[in-house]
Amino acid sequence: MDHTYYNPEDLKKFGNIGEWEKNLADKFFSYYGDVFKEGDLTAREKSLIALAVAHTVQCPYCIDAYTQDSLEKGATEKGMMEAIHVAAAIRSGATLVHGVMMMNKAKKLSM
Amino acid sequence: MIKSLHARHHQLANQERQVEFLQNGIFKSGKLPTFKQKIEPLGHFPLKPAKIEIFQMNIGYMCNQVCKHCHVDAGPDRKEIMTRDTMQQCLDVLTHTTIKTLDITGGAPEMNPDFRWFVSEAHRLGVQEIIVRSNLTIITANPKYHDLPEFFKENNVRVCSSLPFYNADKTDRQRGEGVFKGSIKGLQMLNEVGYGKEGSGLILDLVYNPTGAFLPGDQMQLERDFKKELKGHFDIDFNNLFTITNIPISRFLDFLIESGNYDDYMEKLINAFNPSAVSGVMCRNTVSIDWQGFLYDCDFNQMLGLKTQESSGQNISSFDVSKLEQREIVVSQHCFACTAGAGSSCQGATI
Repeated sequence: MDHTYYNPEDLKKFGNIGEWEKNLADKFFSYYGDVFKEGDLTAREKSLIALAVAHTVQCPYCIDAYTQDSLEKGATEKGMMEAIHVAAAIRSGATLVHGVMMMNKAKKLSM
Repeated sequence: MIKSLHARHHQLANQERQVEFLQNGIFKSGKLPTFKQKIEPLGHFPLKPAKIEIFQMNIGYMCNQVCKHCHVDAGPDRKEIMTRDTMQQCLDVLTHTTIKTLDITGGAPEMNPDFRWFVSEAHRLGVQEIIVRSNLTIITANPKYHDLPEFFKENNVRVCSSLPFYNADKTDRQRGEGVFKGSIKGLQMLNEVGYGKEGSGLILDLVYNPTGAFLPGDQMQLERDFKKELKGHFDIDFNNLFTITNIPISRFLDFLIESGNYDDYMEKLINAFNPSAVSGVMCRNTVSIDWQGFLYDCDFNQMLGLKTQESSGQNISSFDVSKLEQREIVVSQHCFACTAGAGSSCQGATI
């Protein structure tokens, strides 16, 4: 057994999840493939969204995959960093906007 | 400016060493399949040519640039230059065969002292299509090259130029400091005489290749991006963008090894192996000629010293189309770059 929870080699085995539940895995991968097809959003825009979300959910596999995918789709490094800042801004904003809830509660409790 | 592997006496400057590298390691251990093992079950081994349509001449390895990924290991220190005698032999072949396209590459082919004579002769003799792979910065490198756009126009040359990205950052990291600026100027000078302009009949194509150990994206999407950015920022027009996958030989192979990307890159190429790209590989309709007149299946095999099969003739002095069209193409693991994804060739994606 490896001594780390995450192993880069495991990313290549993603498809193996179908070994224990093929029907649902097939549905997921088919859906996944369709999601990333070019639509109103370009394939590059979708890749950058995936990169930002990958950082939000802090998935090392996704960060690995979508760093590469963004570069392949022609994104600039600056653009990739901007995408991560969008994720960071939403994350920190989400924390801070709850401050209003805290303020409401504190005001209610206080004289 | 970095130095060529050749100037550094690097082990990968040795062709046999490169071939050895591509046959050993992960491939010898059986961790990854070889190219032969992948194409054999498809009935493509031995790989056989179709009709020869492209006569690609590498007229010298000298170049004013030293790009980090260069498969030729070109640079100012390279002295290998094709002579006028060998060029004449090539012209004789072109006039006695039905090959339509002459594709001239280097190094910077314009640095060959007989370049203009050769192109003018090919044009005069009626070669249907003459492509020059120009690196763009050569046009402004020295006043003696400033009139190259006019020269190309006079000889109805199709210009094909590398520009790995539409910004200076990525371009200069791969091709050297200041290359983007020089390339933009070169493109504007080509546009000024009509290249890339609608209705001019003068074709200017760009070549995109990834600036690292990853595959090229969709050719049409990248072409749209390049057109929008180059037009918007620099008022530049061009015809087509060709995406080319970086071939794991020479300086790009050195980069892959030094950066610890070699195994992953090869695996990526193999995972992206597209069976339907095999029949469209460029070695099936191309013959490559080096500065000494030796023949190869492609410019990449040329750099690995892998000549055409002996029985098909190996030198321009014994050029025989029918024998060459019967040959077995020499393959190794670098060939995976031409069959990955949408396929890759000197004319871009093949699918």
